[in-house]
Amino acid sequence: MATAVAGRAPAPRRRPRARVRRREALAGYAFSLPFLLLFLVFTVGPVLSSFGMSFTDLRSADVSRPLSVNGVGLANYTKVLHDESFRQAVLNTAYFVLVGVPLTMGLALAVAVGLNSGITRFKALFRVGYYLPVVTSIVAVAVVWRFLLEPDSGLVNTVLGYVGVDGPSWLRDETWAMPSLIVMSAWRNMGTLVIIFLAGLQGVPREMHEAAAIDGAGAWGRFRHITVPVMRPALLFGAVITSIGYLQFFEEPFVMTRGGPLDKTLSVSLYAYNQFGFGNYSYAAAMAYVLFLAIVVLTLVQFRLLGSRD
Amino acid sequence: MTTQIRQTSTAAPAPDPSGRARGRRRSERAGIGDPHAQPWIYAVLGVGLIVLVGPFLWMLLGSFRPNRELKEVPPSWLPQHPTLSNYTKLFSQLDFPTFFVNSVVVAVAITVGNLVFCSMLGYALAKLDFPGKRTIFVLVLGTLMVPGVVTFVPLFVLVSNLGLANSFPGLIFPFLAGPFGVFLLRQFIQGLPDELIQAARVDGASEFRIFRSIMLPLCRPALATLGILTFLTSWNMFLWPLVVAQSQDHYTLPVALAIYSIGENKSDYGLLMAGSVVIVVPVLLVFLALQKHFVRGIAMTGIK
Repeated sequence: MATAVAGRAPAPRRRPRARVRRREALAGYAFSLPFLLLFLVFTVGPVLSSFGMSFTDLRSADVSRPLSVNGVGLANYTKVLHDESFRQAVLNTAYFVLVGVPLTMGLALAVAVGLNSGITRFKALFRVGYYLPVVTSIVAVAVVWRFLLEPDSGLVNTVLGYVGVDGPSWLRDETWAMPSLIVMSAWRNMGTLVIIFLAGLQGVPREMHEAAAIDGAGAWGRFRHITVPVMRPALLFGAVITSIGYLQFFEEPFVMTRGGPLDKTLSVSLYAYNQFGFGNYSYAAAMAYVLFLAIVVLTLVQFRLLGSRD
Repeated sequence: MTTQIRQTSTAAPAPDPSGRARGRRRSERAGIGDPHAQPWIYAVLGVGLIVLVGPFLWMLLGSFRPNRELKEVPPSWLPQHPTLSNYTKLFSQLDFPTFFVNSVVVAVAITVGNLVFCSMLGYALAKLDFPGKRTIFVLVLGTLMVPGVVTFVPLFVLVSNLGLANSFPGLIFPFLAGPFGVFLLRQFIQGLPDELIQAARVDGASEFRIFRSIMLPLCRPALATLGILTFLTSWNMFLWPLVVAQSQDHYTLPVALAIYSIGENKSDYGLLMAGSVVIVVPVLLVFLALQKHFVRGIAMTGIK
C-alpha cells in the first residue's frame, strides 16, 4: 500500500472540484446519518423534552394521556427552591464535591508524583492496583464497603480497634456517613486521575528540575514552580471530569445509605430520582436542570481559574 | 500483612532482566531527588496499594465464609470454615446465570453499536468536508456534560411509549451512539495522513471502501480502546437497567445485586460478596489482559 501511495500521490488532480466536493459531502452525510438518528432520538430529544417538561405538571399517570398535561411556567423551579429536602440535598452535594474533589486530586497527584519519582520496581503493579477500583461495578464496590464499614464485625473498625480507636457506626452515623462516602469515592476514582497526572508529568522537562536543583531549589519549590505549571492542563482536565462526576453522585448513597441517616447523604441526583419514583416527572426534570446548570457553571469557573494564563 | 508487603517492595530487589532498561532508567532518574528517599516512596505507595486492593481481597475471602462467620466480632482474617454455599445459592436458588447472560448481551450489543456508529461519524468529522460538520461536532461534544438525570425521565417516557420497557432493545438502544466514542475516534483519525484517502480516490475506490478497507484497519488501536471502555461502562451500567428491567428475566448483574442488597437479602453478606465477585472478576480479567489500552484511552482523550 505504501508504494502505491508514493507512486500515485503526484498524479494530477484534473477532476472537476465541484463534483469531488459533492461526492465528499454526500459521503459525509451518509456516514453521519446512522449515529445522528440514534443521537437525536435518544439524546438530543430527551435533553430538550426534559427542559420542556420542567415547565409542565407532567406526572407518571399523564404519560398515556398527554392532553391532560398543562404548562405551569416556573412553578416547578420555584417549588424546587423552596423545598427543604432539596436544600439539604444541595448542601450534601456541595459538601461531597468541595471535600471530595480536592481529596481525590490530592491523593492522585501524590501517587502520580511518587510513581514518577524514578522508582523502577513494581511500577506496573502499582499502576494496575491503583486503577483497579475504577473498572469495577459501583454496586459491587458499594456492597463491599458497606460490609467493611459494619460497626462491629467490619474490618475498618476492627483495624481501628488495634490502635485503640473506637470507630463510629459509619454509615448510620449522621456525622460520619458523608465522610465515609467521600473517602470511598476518592478510593474508587483516584485511579483515573493517577493516569492522567502521570501523562502530564511526562511533559515536565527533567533538565529544568536538574537546573533548579543545582541552583538550590528544594523539592517542594521545584514541585510548586516547575511541576504544577507544566501540569496545568492535566490538572484542569482532572478537576473538570472529577467535579462533573461528583456533582452527579448517586449510586453510592443509593446502594449504601438510601440518602440517610436523616437525609444526611441525600444527593441532588438521588432526590431527583426519588421524585421520579414518586411519579413527579416534571418536578424531577426541573431538579435535573438545576443540577445541569450547576455543572456548566462549575466547569466554566474551573476553566477560568485553572485555564492557561497567557 | 502490611509489613510483609513493605519488606518485599523495599528490600529484596529482584535482578532486573533487562540491563539496558535499567541503565536508561537510572540515567533518567539522575538529578531528581536522592536515592535514599526511595524506600519511603515504596513504603507509602505500598500502603496505598493495600488500601486500594484490600477491599477486593476482603470481598473474595468473605464470599467463601458461611454467614455465621461474617457476623463474628472481631472478624477472623482467613475463613475458618471455607464454603462454596454462597456461590451455589447464587447459581441455583437465585437466577444469576440469567443475569450474567443478560449482562453479556447488553454490554456486547452496546459495544458493537458504538464501534460501528462512532467510527463512521468520527471518520466523517475528521476527514470529510460537508456543510454542518462543525455544528454536529459541537452538538455531540456538548452532550458530554449533560448529567444522566436530565435525559433520564424523558428517555423513560419515550421508551415506555415505544413499548420497549422491560425489553432488551429498551436496555440497549439509548446507549448505541455515545458522544465519547465520536470524540475519541475523531481525535485519532485526524492524526492519520490525508494522502491515503486521496490516493484511494484517485484509484477509484468508493467512499465506503476507503472507510472500510483503509481507515478501519488503521483505527484498530483506537477501536480496541473504545471497545474495552464501552464494554466496561455498559457492564457496570446501573441506573438505567434498574428502571427499565422490571422483571427478573431482564435484570443485569448490577441490578440484581443492588436489589438483593437493599431487599430481603440485605444482611446476607456471604451472598452479596459472592455476587460482587461474579460481577468484578470478568471485568478484572479483561482489565488485566488489556490494561495498556486503558492507559492509552485516557491519555488519548485527556491530554490532547
